[in-house]
Amino acid sequence: MTRRVSLFVAAVAGVLFGAGLLLSGMTQPARVIGFLDPTGAWDPTLAFVMGGAIAVYAVAHRLILRRSGAPWFELRFHVPERRALDLQLVVGAALFGIGWGLAGMCPGPGIVAAAAGSMDALVFVVAMLVGMHGRHRSKLRWPAV
Amino acid sequence: MSSSWISAALGGVLIGCASALLLLAHGRIAGISGIVGGLLSPATTDRAWRYAFVGGLLVAGVFAAALAPASIGAPVRSPLFVAIAGLLVGYGTRLGNGCTSGHGVCGLSRLSMRSLVAVATFMTTGALAAMIAGGRS
Repeated sequence: MTRRVSLFVAAVAGVLFGAGLLLSGMTQPARVIGFLDPTGAWDPTLAFVMGGAIAVYAVAHRLILRRSGAPWFELRFHVPERRALDLQLVVGAALFGIGWGLAGMCPGPGIVAAAAGSMDALVFVVAMLVGMHGRHRSKLRWPAV
Repeated sequence: MSSSWISAALGGVLIGCASALLLLAHGRIAGISGIVGGLLSPATTDRAWRYAFVGGLLVAGVFAAALAPASIGAPVRSPLFVAIAGLLVGYGTRLGNGCTSGHGVCGLSRLSMRSLVAVATFMTTGALAAMIAGGRS
């Protein structure tokens, strides 16, 4: 019973997240590219997406970690503890940014738009899964890079 | 453009609420690439909540197609460019441990230095890629 409720709550979080992406304009590649490219007809409105999300989450994250000893359905919180500013972080973020700026799509909006029937987004998501798999495979061979 | 910043901000607030709910209920960071990547890794033991969350994203997309088709933008690039972009996004987000949601929203909110470096990096290369690719498809 609890397990079913826990999965339902995770799904609700997914729907809310997806609705936020749709409402914000993140599922429109032309707007994302317009935001990223300051030399074109620069459209800064997508900065408000990150602003709105951070305004809520910065407060919520602190309150939740301070007030509750454990999450509802798990024994403990799983918050990233890694601190190292390594090459993987920078190279990975750089590659991600190139893909994001090229297609105007990042992982969440890609998945939502693919479910909405966009063939473009479906191509993006399949390629993304292949890329993720590629990284998992290379990790086995070169754990440090 | 006039009121689009309001829907952008409201959408952002929804994303923040969804991320807070996932932390409160499952104790997890709402990073899409990490959640999806975890489903592809054989080492992952906690698949159920990941499937449920991604299922929620898919439901949102299906509803959008029916109720608000205009919220899904038309393609800007040819399928070949989109596929190359997808490969870069998939490999890069797993190498750098996060994307716009995990590093951008959750990481910056937690004042993580790693996320700040990641966001500065992907905003820069994203701007460069968008500029160079420009109107080309």
